Amino acid sequence: MKYFQTFIKYKYLLSNLIGRDIKVKYRRSILGILWSVLNPLLMMLVLSAVFSALFGMGGRFGGLNVPFNIYYLTGATIYNFISEATSTSMMSVYSASQLIKKVYIPKYIFPLEKCLFSFVNMLFSLIAVFLVMIFSGVDFHLTMFLMPVPILYALIFSIGMSFMLSALTVFFRDIIHLYGVFLTAWMYATPIIYPIGILESRPKLMFLMKFNPMFHYVEYFRSVTIYGAIPNLKDNLICLAFSFGMLIIGVLIFKNRQDKFVLYM
Amino acid sequence: MANAVEIKNVSMRFNMAKEKVDSIKEYIIKFFKRQLLFEEFMALSDINIDIEQGEVFGLIGLNGCGKSTLLKIISGIYKPSTGSVKVNGTIAPLIELGAGFDMDLTARENIYLNGSVLGYSKQYIDEKFDEIVDFTELHQFLDVPMKNYSSGMVARVGFAIATITKPDILIVDEILAVGDFLFQEKCEKRINELMSGGTTVIIVSHSIDQITRLCDRVAWIESGKIKMIGKADEICALYANSAK
Ligand SMILES: Nc1ncnc2c1ncn2[C@@H]1O[C@H](COP(=O)(O)OP(=O)(O)OP(=O)(O)O)[C@@H](O)[C@H]1O
Ligand SMILES: [Mg+2]
Repeated sequence: MKYFQTFIKYKYLLSNLIGRDIKVKYRRSILGILWSVLNPLLMMLVLSAVFSALFGMGGRFGGLNVPFNIYYLTGATIYNFISEATSTSMMSVYSASQLIKKVYIPKYIFPLEKCLFSFVNMLFSLIAVFLVMIFSGVDFHLTMFLMPVPILYALIFSIGMSFMLSALTVFFRDIIHLYGVFLTAWMYATPIIYPIGILESRPKLMFLMKFNPMFHYVEYFRSVTIYGAIPNLKDNLICLAFSFGMLIIGVLIFKNRQDKFVLYM
Repeated sequence: MANAVEIKNVSMRFNMAKEKVDSIKEYIIKFFKRQLLFEEFMALSDINIDIEQGEVFGLIGLNGCGKSTLLKIISGIYKPSTGSVKVNGTIAPLIELGAGFDMDLTARENIYLNGSVLGYSKQYIDEKFDEIVDFTELHQFLDVPMKNYSSGMVARVGFAIATITKPDILIVDEILAVGDFLFQEKCEKRINELMSGGTTVIIVSHSIDQITRLCDRVAWIESGKIKMIGKADEICALYANSAK
């Protein structure tokens, strides 16, 4: 109850900080929004060029039943969202040390703010997804109205992970570098730039994939966006378990450590 | 009468900066070399103070004795290593004014930003905006980026925002020394206004005159411990004499 009241009290600070980030990124450079759309598109073009040169087959290979472009872009949207949210959050508490040492402020505001800002960026990058869907002739299904569901799962997961990482970064500054490596590994460990069909012939890898939350969010997102399928109850429960499991771990670590932050800044 | 602030057995331990271990690599190296000695520093040890509602309480002591640390613990910025602090009522801490100012933004934007840092709502700042600007007397600079302000002008804005609410407990850490003499008078007047009507005040100042004039009771702190606590004029006289 008390936590809820403090949150309400600092709601305006939260929106103020997000507003400032948005202003810096979008208003001060005209290219801001354009970059959020162009960046994934350019990356997509590079990858399709490489893969169709390697494998040919007009952009469909490895048993894909949708064009590679949109397959990649949907996966990258979710991956980029989680990786941007968590890696910007990571430094957020430590960077706010001047503020934290001077005024009372709920410290979780900082990672939460970065997650919500990345969420806004992700919404802009959805424009790229829609554009590519139109241009590559992918059918629009009614299941698209379920797109908020996997996005929300990914957001909750990111917030939990950000709480954990931002708290640990205060004590161990070098995990920032480790996390960069981890993120790269995580991308290759998830079927984003390669077709999921490659994994299906390898039961061991497919089994390991069950423990990769990114895999579940990416597949859920693809299902409702481009496959026109509604994930079943089990898929939802798995996503929920990962999201809320991570959130609980993150909150516990953050809560446990936050009183010690000022001693390490 | 009820207590506004109850400080019980409060100690504050800081890690000394020279041996800061802040990376896993160093941590592991130090761990294997069995060098994980945190050099600790007691900024405060076993502080007990009860401050009554409506009381004006002063803290005096030499530089680095722990006064600001104690104020930050009362305001909730630091958690004490041991002991507890109980606070009844809302606090307005005038400790580090203008925290969170973004010098690239204008004063207008910063009033909203700093206000939100202090936990004010947008509505509340809208309501009080004119009053804040009137107090700073900086109307014609309102839309100038604050990096072009003088330090006194920045201090004015910080003070005006922080003192716009009437709290139950007012915490003042040597901020009366900002600004030119006209603004100092204005600040003292504002603080006197805030102090009237039963507000509890905790004040740190190196001006013994000021402490004697304003306070009911005073605690003299020496190297993180309470040396003496009692009537303002008595303690201040002893403190002033100790230097001789
Ligand atoms: N975050 C911190 N980390 C490590 N040491 C600290 C920290 N904050 C304060 N200290 C130490 O605690 C001691 C008390 O500092 P404090 O700021 O409370 O002194 P003060 O009584 O307010 O002094 P002054 O009169 O100069 O304002 C100092 O020795 C200072 O070095
Ligand atoms: Mg001080």
